[in-house]
Amino acid sequence: MRYLEEFRDPGLARRLLDEIHATVTRPWALMEVCGGQTHSIIRHGIDQLLPEQVELIHGPGCPVCVTPLEMIDKALAIAARPEVTFCSFGDMLRVPGTEGDLFRVKGAGGDVRVVYSPLDALEIARRSPDRQVVFFGIGFETTAPANAMTVHQARRLGIGNFSLLVSHVRVPPAIEAIMRSPRCRVQAFLAAGHVCSVMGVEEYPELAGRFGVPIVVTGFEPLDILEGVRRAVRQLERGEHRVENAYPRAVRAEGNPAALRMLAEVFEVTDRAWRGIGTIPGSGWRLADAYREYDAEHRFAVTGLRTLEPAACRSGEVLQGLLKPHECAAFGTVCTPRTPLGATMVSSEGACAAYYLYRRLGPGAAAATDKEATSVG
Amino acid sequence: MCLAVPGRVVDVEERDGTPMAKVDFGGVVKDVCLAYLPDLQVGDYTIVHVGFALQRLDEEAALATLELFRSIGALEEEFGDAWSRAAEEAR
Ligand code: SF4
Repeated sequence: MRYLEEFRDPGLARRLLDEIHATVTRPWALMEVCGGQTHSIIRHGIDQLLPEQVELIHGPGCPVCVTPLEMIDKALAIAARPEVTFCSFGDMLRVPGTEGDLFRVKGAGGDVRVVYSPLDALEIARRSPDRQVVFFGIGFETTAPANAMTVHQARRLGIGNFSLLVSHVRVPPAIEAIMRSPRCRVQAFLAAGHVCSVMGVEEYPELAGRFGVPIVVTGFEPLDILEGVRRAVRQLERGEHRVENAYPRAVRAEGNPAALRMLAEVFEVTDRAWRGIGTIPGSGWRLADAYREYDAEHRFAVTGLRTLEPAACRSGEVLQGLLKPHECAAFGTVCTPRTPLGATMVSSEGACAAYYLYRRLGPGAAAATDKEATSVG
Repeated sequence: MCLAVPGRVVDVEERDGTPMAKVDFGGVVKDVCLAYLPDLQVGDYTIVHVGFALQRLDEEAALATLELFRSIGALEEEFGDAWSRAAEEAR
């Protein structure tokens, strides 16, 4: 497949790694924002190939992981209603709510379906006019345009039995919240490439300037990630803090203008709670007033929820890069991908699940994974 | 779930007033909405996420990036060769 294999070339990876090794003189802490990048880093062992001085801190960029417990509980309540067909991306089904998950609702007779695209949910609504079809609209700026277009289409095509349970999150306010935290150790960001494919890079220069951090827009293949690290380290070593685009084949400065117009029409910025982190001002989107009738929260008033996070789960610290997954006492013992205590163990983009899948069970396990790690790509 | 993958447009059509495409992901062909990139044509590569084309893949930029990677360290290699040649000759 074009645009994939070339960016996994082990020979070129070696060159980038050598260059990083040659550039670094001091310890630096870089945060990759996106869970897709976390997955790629752990899968290809990139963190273990980098010089010891370069630490990758895994950020909160897994939308499955940061969807707040209250929203999961609302989804469970709505999905259990007899008139509802509840559609979702697959990895939301096993995210634990206060009591059970969507799988359990399905097992108890609920009509819960996995779809690939929100448009599939809209099609289900069109074909079954007697059902209330709800789509669980989670995700970052990458996913929001798909959900915005689907709601827009629902209205244009007069499909009234469709609604969206919206829990969208935005990256720049999260970067700001991380930088403001008194425990913050992050010195540079690898920004999520596909978020920038939609949004462009205009939101970042102000953040880079205000907090004095390099922000490098980074792709997802091993060479893309190494190039993001190389540029971030080079800036840090030179004392610079600029925005750089290390993923120009998929990111233009202006983003996707048609998608930005649709986002502005369908959504409005709102405060949003992030699971394990708390409320971040202006960090989410909800449906704009003109689309309120398509808001599942509005259509199915859910009240009387009592949310309760399992006390053992430290995913909040993992999501902020304060704790590595294997440092959590529950990791790999009571908490595994089959029996996840927290959302970061559910999605393969969650740091806990990535560590578990690729057997990062602790510092002692490093030797066992070294062999695999040499095979970048 | 944030995964967005490159694919090649193999067919374009209009459905319910919306531009749609068939996109080939290394052998798996899926329906993709082109509402955000209506100018995409058969043969173009695009980044697709949950059934939507988000951005056209820029071939020139891709080649330039790969060229940059190839040039990294190349200077030192040449030097390296010169050094070893010199060392050979000195023997
Ligand atoms: S290992 Fe499990 S319990 Fe520990 S932080 Fe991760 S998800 Fe929570």
